Amino acid sequence: MSEAVQLKTSPHLRGMHSVDKIMRHVVYALMPVVLFSIVQFGLSALALVLTSVVVCVGTEHLFCKSGERPSTLRDWSAVITGLLVALILPPGFPLWMAAVAAFVAIAVGKLFFGGLGYNVFNPALVGRAFAQAAFTVPITTWTPGMAHRRFLEFIPTTLTAPFLKPDFAGFNLWVESLKIDGYSGATPLAMMKFDHVEVDTLKLFLGTLASSAGESSALLILLGGLYLAFRRMLNWRVPVAILGSAFILSGLFYLKDPSLYPSPFFTVVSGGLMLGAVFMATDMVSSPVTPVGLWVYGILIGSLTVMIRLFGGLNEGVMYAILLGNAATPLINNLTQPRIYGFTRKRKEKAA
Amino acid sequence: MSTSFSLSHFLRGSFPHGIHPPENKHFTAGKPIERLAFPPQLVLPLSQHAGKPSVALVRKGQEVVRGEPIARADGFVSVPLHAPATGVVKDICLMPSARGSMIQSIVLDVYPGDPQEVLYGTEVDVDAMSPAEIMQAVQDTGLVGLGGAAFPTHVKLSVPEGCRIDTVLINGCECEPFLTTDHRLMLEQAADLVAGTRILMKALGAERAIIGTEENKLDAVAAIEAVLSEGDTVSVKAVQTKYPQGAEKMLAKALVNREIPSGKFPSAVGLGVFNVATATQMGQLLPLKQGVIERVVTVTGPGIERPGNYLVPLGTPLRFILEKLGFEGSARHLIMGGPMMGGTVSSLDTPITKGCGGLLILNEHQLTTEEQMKRFPCISCGACVDACPLMLNPCELGRLANKAQYETMAERYHLNDCFECGSCSYVCPAAIPLVQYFRVAKSVNRTKAAAS
Repeated sequence: MSEAVQLKTSPHLRGMHSVDKIMRHVVYALMPVVLFSIVQFGLSALALVLTSVVVCVGTEHLFCKSGERPSTLRDWSAVITGLLVALILPPGFPLWMAAVAAFVAIAVGKLFFGGLGYNVFNPALVGRAFAQAAFTVPITTWTPGMAHRRFLEFIPTTLTAPFLKPDFAGFNLWVESLKIDGYSGATPLAMMKFDHVEVDTLKLFLGTLASSAGESSALLILLGGLYLAFRRMLNWRVPVAILGSAFILSGLFYLKDPSLYPSPFFTVVSGGLMLGAVFMATDMVSSPVTPVGLWVYGILIGSLTVMIRLFGGLNEGVMYAILLGNAATPLINNLTQPRIYGFTRKRKEKAA
Repeated sequence: MSTSFSLSHFLRGSFPHGIHPPENKHFTAGKPIERLAFPPQLVLPLSQHAGKPSVALVRKGQEVVRGEPIARADGFVSVPLHAPATGVVKDICLMPSARGSMIQSIVLDVYPGDPQEVLYGTEVDVDAMSPAEIMQAVQDTGLVGLGGAAFPTHVKLSVPEGCRIDTVLINGCECEPFLTTDHRLMLEQAADLVAGTRILMKALGAERAIIGTEENKLDAVAAIEAVLSEGDTVSVKAVQTKYPQGAEKMLAKALVNREIPSGKFPSAVGLGVFNVATATQMGQLLPLKQGVIERVVTVTGPGIERPGNYLVPLGTPLRFILEKLGFEGSARHLIMGGPMMGGTVSSLDTPITKGCGGLLILNEHQLTTEEQMKRFPCISCGACVDACPLMLNPCELGRLANKAQYETMAERYHLNDCFECGSCSYVCPAAIPLVQYFRVAKSVNRTKAAAS
């Protein structure tokens, strides 16, 4: 018994979760969405996902190496960012542009702030916001899903040479060659906003219409979210608050004028709202920690989304709504400190 | 957190937040209390309680009889000490203690072959005693909070002016994983427990008493109910099994839906809270005017051959207990108390004291897995916020601690309300030692306050 004394302070037990385990399970939960995207859009979607993930992971590795810091790849968060960046881009997005978006996501969105745990905004959305500003046309060019040669050929725009514009004339010929009836190249949200055509909500829910690579199937996204919430790796309050508030707010407008405004069911299953509510806004780092704060944050994002969609210049507003929610997080945290045991409200006022 | 929110928790017999660590009570829950042999030598620290150390009444070479007072209380917040065995005082010197430092202790050589009968004590009629007399008698027994805090019990019986105690809560939650001493006491010594509870009620002038335990000990509820009469002022209730249900603030919430104000004692809301082991010893010792000389200790964990609940004389060195029960590790495998709030020991010569209800022995495998826990930066997941039973914000506190802003922690984020249950550290997926940070912060603040 001549061993060195080892003194530790309690607690001597640890719970089951660790950061890398949580992140790994988020990746698992995203897998059905990724696979469905590949089934729907074929080789192009596969290439998009791979490019984005490889660039995200590579960027993080490079920065750690050049900064002479231990590698942070083992926490899996770069993989999540990579997957999310790919999932919120149009399936035929030129790969070199996707690589730029992924690089910006990790470098600017995450590492410039200090890496995991310190980023103010969701890195994937930073990447997409950059792409939206830089590549306005490709990011609004949509492709029909389930093209019959999707596993044999790329969508023409995918393979655009680096730093060149995609060949849209060739793309349009390609779309015509698919001979899909009634395909207008617009997403359901754009059709709703500009033509007041509301597509079948059930189709949206199952995900068989034009959309970003991974936003089409609300059902699969919801299943992934349920899995994470069930394993207590996702705070259920956020998606519930976002979807609930978006549903209620758009429901009020729908009741006012059903011919002008979309139904609340359409609102929650269309566009990126489901993916945003379940996988983006729930990013733990850039969302509040207090229970009340999470509700405030969710309701803020849900209502902002509806406001942007209905009254803004854009037909989709989830990205900006979440980024604004991220920006408001420190303030929300500050204003929603929980009431501490043994303090009545009166006492608190006196103390303040 | 509205009133209705807390009310719903009370109706479920619980408190908001908290955690559910694996209970691991199966090692010892079914094992009846067993007396362990007397060791050849006892080490009795003069400070086994919160407050001023006792003053030795014996000198080197003096013979003492089991149960005889060997140290007296030094003032009000202090208690006497009684000889746990018949023997001779070998020395009064510095010896290792559970707190890590060497402290003044009476070393007693036990007479081998002595029948070890308690010859001290006289029967008294507790019913005829006034509350003040009971308080004095309680101090004479040397009773302290046997749940771990080791705060002198008689001090809790002196109610501050302006407060009136209407309810006595007896804490039998034992929410720490692994430990089963309170469970066994409730099962085997329910009559003494209830007798002790009635003495406490009388001393405080309380109208009713509730013995609170967790839902994983329903057999204890049945055992206690068997000794209660119809319409009794003493009742027993099982609350939700959850850590830290056994903290007095949480128990007050779960049993009577009262919140003990920050920085105040339970008496501020008309409550007196005592541990099951304390009440049981009270019921056994006070009517005989005897002193505390032994206690039940759960010796458990995967690192020991014969885990169980053992009645051990105070002052028994850990080495003796462990060798008796089959242990082949070193001090680094030991935790004194439960795994959530207990401490590691620096030496196997550390003695069992009044506040020690458990000895947890881990094996090599558990030690290494713990060391392999990876650290990550805080990802603001909020798990700690959802775990803190006091609704503090450990996430923000941890960040401030990282920046050494200890004063802000105390002033803005109520650091001093934290009672260090460790739930935040337990749940943290980034393995940030939150509660450990908070201990450092508190101690720095204390040092600063003392200096200015």
